[in-house]
This record gives sequence, C-alpha cells and structure tokens, in this order.
Amino acid sequence: MITAGMDLGAKTIKIVIMKDGQVIARVKKLSGFEQEILAKEVMNEALVQAGIELDQVDKTVATGVGRKTAPFATDIITEVGAAARGAIARNPNLRTVLDIGAEEGRAIIVTPEGRVKDFAINEKCAAGSGTFVEAMARALEITIEDFGPMSLTSDKAVPMNAQCAVFAESEVVSLLHARTPKNDITRAVCDAISSRIVSMARRVSIEPEVILIGGMAYNVGFVASMKRTLTEMVIQVPDNPEFVGAEGAAWIAHDKLGG
Amino acid sequence: MPQKKEFWRWKEYNWHDEDIDPHAGEIISAGVDVGSVSSQVVIIVDGKLYAFSSMRTGSDSPDSARNAMSWALENTGLEIDDINFVVGTGYGRVNVPMAHKAITEIACHARGANFMYGPKVRTILDMGGQDCKAIRCDHRGKVTNFLMNDKCAAGTGRGMEVFADLLQVSIEDVGELSFKVDHEPDPVSSTCVVFAKTEAAGLLRQGWNKNLVLAAYSSAMAHRVFTLIERLGVEPEFAITGGIAKNIGVVHRLEDELGMKALSSDIDSQIAGALGAALFAKALYEKKMKKK
Amino acid sequence: MIANYGYMDGSGEYYISIDTDKCIDCSHHGCVDACPVGMFIIEPDDYDDDVALIKQEFRKKVKYECAPCKPVSNRPPLPCIKACTPGAIGHSW
Repeated sequence: MITAGMDLGAKTIKIVIMKDGQVIARVKKLSGFEQEILAKEVMNEALVQAGIELDQVDKTVATGVGRKTAPFATDIITEVGAAARGAIARNPNLRTVLDIGAEEGRAIIVTPEGRVKDFAINEKCAAGSGTFVEAMARALEITIEDFGPMSLTSDKAVPMNAQCAVFAESEVVSLLHARTPKNDITRAVCDAISSRIVSMARRVSIEPEVILIGGMAYNVGFVASMKRTLTEMVIQVPDNPEFVGAEGAAWIAHDKLGG
Repeated sequence: MPQKKEFWRWKEYNWHDEDIDPHAGEIISAGVDVGSVSSQVVIIVDGKLYAFSSMRTGSDSPDSARNAMSWALENTGLEIDDINFVVGTGYGRVNVPMAHKAITEIACHARGANFMYGPKVRTILDMGGQDCKAIRCDHRGKVTNFLMNDKCAAGTGRGMEVFADLLQVSIEDVGELSFKVDHEPDPVSSTCVVFAKTEAAGLLRQGWNKNLVLAAYSSAMAHRVFTLIERLGVEPEFAITGGIAKNIGVVHRLEDELGMKALSSDIDSQIAGALGAALFAKALYEKKMKKK
Repeated sequence: MIANYGYMDGSGEYYISIDTDKCIDCSHHGCVDACPVGMFIIEPDDYDDDVALIKQEFRKKVKYECAPCKPVSNRPPLPCIKACTPGAIGHSW
C-alpha cells in the first residue's frame, strides 16, 4: 500500500510518500505565492525520489494551513491531528507533542492510539512562532541557519521586553546600538520565544515523553532554551522534525485504507 | 550613494500663540508627554493654550523631554524657570527631569480631550505610535473606564509605518492615497502586522496596486481599533487623538464602522496627552498655593 | 473607574479588569497575596485613591503569566477573583 501525506505550511511545503508504513520519499520546498502549482512540483519530485508514478499512490491526505487547496488529496486533516498521528508513529511512548512552525505553535497531548486528547495553540500572532526568529535574524543581519549556533555561544541572559515581533525588531536594533553582542541577543530571542511556548504548553497537562517538532526544532538555540525552560521533562528532538505532520497525514491515509 | 529614504518618518513641529503675552499671565504650567515614538510639550498660560512642540523620542527619555521643552520655548521669550508647575506623562513619564509630578497618559488624555472637545466628550480613542487606548470619561474629563493595547503593533502608528515602508509611500500621504481606489477592497485578514505584511506582499504580487493595499490595511486597522473600543462601549460624543487621528484613511473607515462621526477640534490631536498634563499641572499648582 | 490591563493581539483579547471604585472601600486586598506570580499591587491612582493595579511588567504578558491558573480543561476558579471580596476583578478570557 502506498500513501502520501502533504503538509502545506505557511513557510514550506512538505510531502512524504510511504510504502506499507515505511517512508520512501520526503521532499521539502519553500512555500510561495502559487501554492497549488508548487505542491504539484513537490509531489512530482517526491514521486521521482520514490521511483513511482502518481497513479501508484493509493491515497493522499493533506494537512497544513493550505490543505484546502491541496492537489491530489482526497482527504484533509488538521495540523493538530496530523502532528499527533505522525508523532505517535515515530515513538508510541510519546504523550506530548510540541509543534512549532513558521506561523503557529501547538502543544498537543496524544493518546497511545495517536488521537488528540487535549491541545493549546498559539496562533495568528508572530510572537509565538518561527516568524519571530526570522524577523529578529533580519534585524541582526544574520542568517536563520546561524541563529541557533550563535545563541549557543552566549552564556548571558539579556532581558527582552517587547513581545510583539514588530516592537522586538526595534528593541534588537536598540540593543545593537548599545553594543550588546549579537550572540547574547540571539539567546535572548530564543529564551523569549521558548518561555512563551512553554507557558502555552503548561495549559495542557504535559506528560512524558515529550517531543519537539516543526521547523523550529532545527534551531539548536531554541531547543536549548526549551530544555532550560521546561526543566521537569526530557525533550526529544527527532530526525526530520519538520516532516512529522506530513508523515501523520500519510499515516492517516494508510489508516483509512485499513492498513 | 543616495541615502535610503525613510518613508515612515513624519515631520516635527512647534508653535506658539503670538497674541498671548505669557509674562502677563498668573500661572504658567506645562505638560511633557514622552511617548515611545514621539514627545510633546504643551505650555498653557492661565489655562489657555500658549505653545507646543512635537518631536521624535530619542533613545534617552530625559534628553527627549529636555529637547521637546526647549523647542516649545523657542522664540517665546520664556525660560524653563518661568514655568510654575510641570507634569510628566506618557511612557517615559518617570524620566522627565523638570516634572514635579508624573500622571498616567490615560488620565492626561481624558483631561486634554475634555479641554479640546468640550465636556460633551465621553469616549476617546487615542492611537499613538506604539499603543492604542480607549478611554471613557465623565463631563469633567475624569476617567471612568479604560483599556489600552501596547503589546501588539496592530492598531498602532508603528503598524502603519511598517506598511508605509513596505509600499514606499510617505506616512503623511497614506490616508489620502488609501481612498484613491476604484473599489473598497476586503480588509487584510491577518491582525498581526508581521503576517499582514506577508499577506500584503502576496497581494502586490497578484497585481494589486499600492493604494488598494493601503485601503485594505487601513480598513483592517480601523476594524482593529473598532474591536478595541467596542470592548469598552462607545458612548457619544466620540473623539480621536494621537498621531493616527491625522490619518483620514483609518479615521473615516472607523467612523463608518461606528456609524458615528468623531468630534473635531482646532487644536492638534497629537498634543492631547501633554495638554492634559499641563491642565493637571495648573490644578496642582493652584492646590499647592492654597495650602501655603 | 474600570481599569483594563492586558492587551489584544492576533490570537485574542487578554484583559484583567479592575473596578477600582470597589477597591477604595476594600481593606484586606486579597488579590495581592492570592496571585501566584504577584501581579497585583495597591497604589494611589491618578486621582489619589489607593486601588489595585496590575504591575507594569506583567501587563504585556497576562496571557502567559495567567496560563498556569487557566488549564485548557477542568479549570478551577481563579485565585484572584476568589480572593477579591468586593468582586472587583474580572478576566476577559
């Protein structure tokens, strides 16, 4: 049985093709203006990687903010549902999924079957999402790739007062003018966002084991901040953390076919 | 290399009334409003508006207060020592070196609006550079209910500056341009300024012209402040103060949504806070004299 | 005066309202000790009445600071509201 999961996120499109529960292709591309066309391109690339034709895919399920316009998909699932299913497939002992994407952060409590028990979302405000880090990287004139590693070189906690990304950008500029080292600022940004994520997550009763997924999981500085903030739990960061939602969608396709 | 144009930058200004001889007055009082983006100083003579200034706030609040004060005093023949009582207000109110007392901007705005628009004003919306306040007050200008938003850039001058910069349109032209459209577009759907900017960039790529995007953002902003003020409940009469009061693109759309016209005043809407502070200063000075 | 402290952002409205007219006659100020993070303080307002207010450093973070008292499910009564005998405190979310 071959299934596909598409995650049409705010920042990136992720597609996973699975054969009998094994991932045989995974492709990620920056999302853009014409998301439908881009999604088709990403799918073609994934098919090439898997070495199969489109008609060999038995079922495709879409998730992500753009899921309603997803090509090929016969079913859709919310980001929360997809993240829960994808996470439990990665590790059946997981009970808490922290999913931090470009425009949203979510804390999800899952049952052993991969169903959603409880969840809290930080949405529609850049302060609790990857976009916040991106805006700060721009203000600091550093790349997003350098952001995390740079913050790890700081051992100083500089307070940041602004919550809003727009105001925080001005604050970063003032900190730079005051000759605050860039690495201390990157750490302050990571600390600020993780404290927001953790207080959101505490609204659901966090249970072990805890996994951190979504694009922000690539940011080692953010991960370190999360570990410092959520001290009572061990936070796991899996390989390909950004693909968990797409995998969840592929798993749901698999489940629907009675796999 | 040509310098990068800063589209968000607005003009600074000062004014004084040539027809008033301040030295003939009994009480000279001043209000200093050090906001996060702009600072204003208002000087009143026996309760009459005499002079004011408005400047961009610098990185240091005491310096911003001093600069705005000396600009307000410029060419008036007055010295700082001629002023009997000074009240500081605004975000930097505790750092106003010449102030005898600090009073919150909420109380000062209500009092200033009461003076500018008369005792019939009951609801005041102040849209500042980095915050937005909705205030209800009684006929004396005393606050009965208030709510502010300074956490989020949506609905503040800063949000509009971000758009002026994105579209490379001077901030002073934004209001007018937003009406130069052949139809009124749907408002930008994201509240968050960062997400709204992404949305606007998408609209531009779809072929929308600048004015249409400005119209879409202006109506989103009007709706944003509408929800804020609705939380409090709008009791007429209604007035708008602060920098955005000058942006007709937002004001007219807000008036449409409220089904109510904002009061107008001959006095610059941006000085309401400093004016209220100056009025508090006068009252406090009178109280002090009575005690003696 | 009804003072609303907090904010609105893209994700919603988060305001703690305090009816300060009720504070004026209150003597025990239960709110101050009831809040686990110590958001409340009693101070003279602009009209020289001693009233409760939310400390400046909490005003832009109430959604996060109040989160521990507001679990998604099985929410108990809020300690600040419970402790305020004149019934001056309200939360918008």
